[in-house]
Amino acid sequence: MLVHSKGGRWAAWGLFGLLFLPLFALPLLVVVAASFATHWSGAFPSGPTTGNYAAAVRGESLQALTTSLVTAVTASLLALTIGTWAALAAAGLKKRGKRCLDALFMLPVAVSSVVVGLAVLVAFSRPPVLLNGTGSIVVLAHTILVTAFAYQSVSAAIVRLDPAYEQAAASLGARPAHVLWRVRLPLLLPSLTAAAGLCFALSMGELSATMMLYPPDWMPLPVRVFTATDRGSLFGGSAVAVVLMATTLLVLLAVSRVRTRASYR
Amino acid sequence: MSGIRFDSVSVAYNGTTVLDSLDLTVEPGEVMALLGPSGSGKTTALRAVAGFVRPLSGRVLIGGRDVTALPPHKRGIGMVVQQYALFPHMRVEENVAFGLRAQKAPRAEIPARVAEALEMTGMGAYAKRYPRELSGGQQQRVAIARALAIRPGVLLLDEPLSALDAQLRSGMLTELARLHRELPEVSILYVTHDQVEALTLADRIAVMDRARLQDCGTPQQLYRAPRTEFTASFVGNANLLPVTVADGGAVFAGRPLALDPGRAAPGSTATLCVRPHLLGLGEGPNALRGTIAEVQWRGSTHRLYVDVDGHRVKADLPELRETPALGDEVTLHFEPRDAVLLSAGVSHA
Repeated sequence: MLVHSKGGRWAAWGLFGLLFLPLFALPLLVVVAASFATHWSGAFPSGPTTGNYAAAVRGESLQALTTSLVTAVTASLLALTIGTWAALAAAGLKKRGKRCLDALFMLPVAVSSVVVGLAVLVAFSRPPVLLNGTGSIVVLAHTILVTAFAYQSVSAAIVRLDPAYEQAAASLGARPAHVLWRVRLPLLLPSLTAAAGLCFALSMGELSATMMLYPPDWMPLPVRVFTATDRGSLFGGSAVAVVLMATTLLVLLAVSRVRTRASYR
Repeated sequence: MSGIRFDSVSVAYNGTTVLDSLDLTVEPGEVMALLGPSGSGKTTALRAVAGFVRPLSGRVLIGGRDVTALPPHKRGIGMVVQQYALFPHMRVEENVAFGLRAQKAPRAEIPARVAEALEMTGMGAYAKRYPRELSGGQQQRVAIARALAIRPGVLLLDEPLSALDAQLRSGMLTELARLHRELPEVSILYVTHDQVEALTLADRIAVMDRARLQDCGTPQQLYRAPRTEFTASFVGNANLLPVTVADGGAVFAGRPLALDPGRAAPGSTATLCVRPHLLGLGEGPNALRGTIAEVQWRGSTHRLYVDVDGHRVKADLPELRETPALGDEVTLHFEPRDAVLLSAGVSHA
């Protein structure tokens, strides 16, 4: 920040703390505090316990965690593949075609996830493609929702990529496929991993479309948090929520390590 | 051995003509410089050979083969651009091997050919480095090694030295000249806006301006006997003065000048072209009197700007012991054989 005086810097930090703590940090801290409690009647939680966690990492909760991980990994990989492919194709189009494709891929985000959930439910509830009642319908909805983000971030990265690289490669006799695999995709790798991390995090936290679609044997973690708190099990739900948060953060951390290794300049 | 031929090649972007029916032949093994200011169409011409722009009309031939409709990777060219475009995720040796791998050269041959290309450019010791670990000059050498490794018949160089500082540039010019002596069969198309690079390196120079070829000839021809005012001023920065042709000479601002009028008809108007370094200070043949408008010291020379009858004349003189002051009256002169007369008819500028 462009603040040079000492007093000004303190004021800036103060303002940042005032905005950041209540908006971002406090709600998360409250959830963490609740996850270790059995009662919360006064200003602070009471009856410290780790029992909520014991329940959160076994049985149905553990299964929900696995379900969420499988869903998020599959959906992000699919979204990354489709989004990258579409972004590469869009880069080769003329202005109007590219604008159409941009709008098409923004659609799922624009219409809200409930509408996407409903659409998927209606479309795949009868033959020829009957997915209702299977885990695939949840994966499908997540893929549709997060592809928009994959497409957007890869598109932005392609625009920034200097065409001199692919031209140099082509002048050296490389076919377009060789240029794609050996030059363009490696140069896009940092953006691809960033997009993968974003898709994964979004899918891990997706609730509204999932609520409309999930079958009993494919319940992702956010639904588990919701049903637990809905039944009044606030502290158990908090522990599951903390597990969700921690898992997502761990995976993002791992992805960001890959990214640092993949950035060349 | 393959040369390049432009056969009335025109290129337009969004309705604007950026290259206007270019006819030019680069002989096998020849170094041809495309020289011109920015926006003159020289880079477009090079990109038409590489296949990155498609001509609106006309044909491009490499080694006698029409390549106008071929994609870049099938043209068999080597190319080096101003910003090098080395692949940042590959080591130097992988960069140089890229073209060989892409063209499926026998696997066993690749290491030797990479080493050969790196030796040729003096970069053998840097094979394991990444481009970001090299200086600009070193990156340029790697870019040249990468282009040469595929043994192209035609080498395209697009302002290859303009990102380097002056000292490095003159070193690389010597290197490029040596490379061409070692690879006499490679035809080189060299795009530059720098007349020194063109004069030093090229067998012939094609002067371009406003999307058109203005002049083409050996460096000596263009320098000593330019055919257009544009060539005269762009190559060697000549003084151009309006004159009237007379018997056995010309008349400038009422003063007779002795020079060879060539085939210019007496009475016609023409442009007198004389190089700044061929002017002498003091009395002599073809004297031009005027007042000093500016003096620049350039180390080994002085550049004088002298106003002669409303025309500013540049003169480059070996360093003067006594520098004239602004407003001083001075006399410049030139030998009759050092002047060229451009008749108005052939002038494009």
